Amino acid sequence: MSDPLIVTRDLSKEYRMESYTVAALRGVSLEIGSGEFMAVMGPSGSGKSTFMNLLGCLDSPSAGEYFLAGDKVSALSGDALAATRNRRIGFVFQNFNLLARTSAVENVELPLLYSHCPVAERRPRAMARLTDVGLAERAHHHPQQLSGGQQQRVAIARALVNNPVLILADEPTGALDTRTSFELMGLLQQLNRGGMTVVLVTHEHDVAAFASRVVSFRDGHVVGDQVNPEPADARAMLREFDKMAVAA
Amino acid sequence: MTWLASMRIALRALRVNKLRSTLTMLGIIIGVAAVITMIAVGAGAQARVEEQIKSLGSNLILLLPGSVTSGGARMGSGSRNTLTEDDAYAIQRDVANVQAAPQLRGTGQVVAGNTNWSTVFYGITPEYFEVRNWVIAAGKGFEPADLTGSAKVALLGETVVRNLFGDVDPIGQVIRIRKVPFVVIGTLERKGQSLMGQDQDDVVLMPISTARNRVLGGGTARQRVVGSIFLKVREGADMAEAEAQIRTLLRQRHRVQQGQEDDFTLRNLSEVLGAQEASSRIMTLLLAAVASVSLLVGGIGIMNIMLVSVTERTREIGLRMAVGARSRDILAQFLVEAVTLALIGGLLGIVVGVAGSAGIAHLAEWRVELRPDSVVLAVGFAAAVGVFFGFYPARKASRLVPIEALRYE
Repeated sequence: MSDPLIVTRDLSKEYRMESYTVAALRGVSLEIGSGEFMAVMGPSGSGKSTFMNLLGCLDSPSAGEYFLAGDKVSALSGDALAATRNRRIGFVFQNFNLLARTSAVENVELPLLYSHCPVAERRPRAMARLTDVGLAERAHHHPQQLSGGQQQRVAIARALVNNPVLILADEPTGALDTRTSFELMGLLQQLNRGGMTVVLVTHEHDVAAFASRVVSFRDGHVVGDQVNPEPADARAMLREFDKMAVAA
Repeated sequence: MTWLASMRIALRALRVNKLRSTLTMLGIIIGVAAVITMIAVGAGAQARVEEQIKSLGSNLILLLPGSVTSGGARMGSGSRNTLTEDDAYAIQRDVANVQAAPQLRGTGQVVAGNTNWSTVFYGITPEYFEVRNWVIAAGKGFEPADLTGSAKVALLGETVVRNLFGDVDPIGQVIRIRKVPFVVIGTLERKGQSLMGQDQDDVVLMPISTARNRVLGGGTARQRVVGSIFLKVREGADMAEAEAQIRTLLRQRHRVQQGQEDDFTLRNLSEVLGAQEASSRIMTLLLAAVASVSLLVGGIGIMNIMLVSVTERTREIGLRMAVGARSRDILAQFLVEAVTLALIGGLLGIVVGVAGSAGIAHLAEWRVELRPDSVVLAVGFAAAVGVFFGFYPARKASRLVPIEALRYE
């Protein structure tokens, strides 16, 4: 196996309250290989979200080290972290986080505004990613005019537009119905099959079942790290679901 | 990210909240319009004073007859006819850098054909034109021969021409002043109102000898008395020194004993006008300062709204940071937004200010003078207000921690 994409060593995060400190993460050491589809599970307060934020460079660790593709990210400055988020990481959030009153294609273009992408290339690149997620014909719709599933697909197109090495999905199906969830997980699985590393945070076992590796958190520690030899196939389950719907 | 892109994002954000943006701009609009209008009004007043100074003539000293004391009661200046034509010639001859123009004043009915007009006439010498800044519009001035021969020739001010002749060319026409016939040899260029609001163009000029010998007659003829003498000190010469020399000379000529009061009055008109000019300049500054306060208030309005906007859009800021915006990109975005708000307000303010100035000129019939530099100043000030008051909210936005901003409820 080649060098892992992500290496964390004793990664810790403490939040200082007024009179006491809360340890959200207590020394997590993990390796995530390139091309893995990993689910992070755990009850709320387990530290999974904190771990996710640290992987996404949205927050900086109190102690420990974090390497992304060989670079020591935990030592980078604010601007360098912004560049890392911009170029190497694509985010998918539970509540989509699309800009309101802004068309789908402009939402997808957003990361390109902050990279050195020539103006003339922005629109074609954004359109190409929208086509990948099957929303080319909705490019000029505003988020309010799109369904939840469509909005999340726009968010995935946005995550992909700068060709990242890692997709971080934080409860991506949390706001979606079952059928749309299957659709979305199918899309993530398809990306993963294309070589993309995907890290997914969820508290639902059904969703974690689509991943090839499941890491469980509790009280800021990793308490479980299992390989899932036969991940569920979201596309197949979608077909099954539709068949049952027709039968019913 | 380029400034152009920031500008587009800013315009979009401002469009989203049209009413709020408009109200915020209103503060700047009013501020800029007030600055422009107030400066225009002040500049108009100043220009008017300056014009009056020009019409009066610069470096001018007015010499008036002194007072007379009768039984302990002093009768005020001009109560005695102490000044003569010869005083004027003596000053002209003996005091360096001074031109003296005696003036003999009279009023009377002027008749031309079947119309008549009551006006003021002045008996003068040729120096009078230069000293009082009279320009001959048409025809010619007086010749030395006109003075020695008490020639019956006259020059008419614009108002007199209009009232007696209308559109007819008055030159060569005959008019009668107090029944004495005069030939009109020229007309005078318009001067407008004096500081006291008098129509300076309602005037007839004639040689001083003619006025004394042929029109006024009486005691004035014997004593060669004049009503007043205008003295013009050459540009650059010391006025105080000239004044002192004139005073010494006149005291000698009038045989005023040491310790006794002058029997004449010297009044430095330019000083009076200078003071007036200075006061109108101060008024302009004051008006501009008051107007600037409203601009300041407008700026605080921008800051207020930008702070609200930063709070409201915390999640948007978090998202932008998550997808790669650096602190300075966020700073630029909000700064550009504040400046855009201020600049659009500034441009609208110019329109309102220019219209307001025109309105004041029209309704109050005040003189206003729009100054290009005041427009540039007001817009520059508006942009500065945008930067100054936009900076704090923009910095606040740029210092947000991405994850906290993203999770903000």
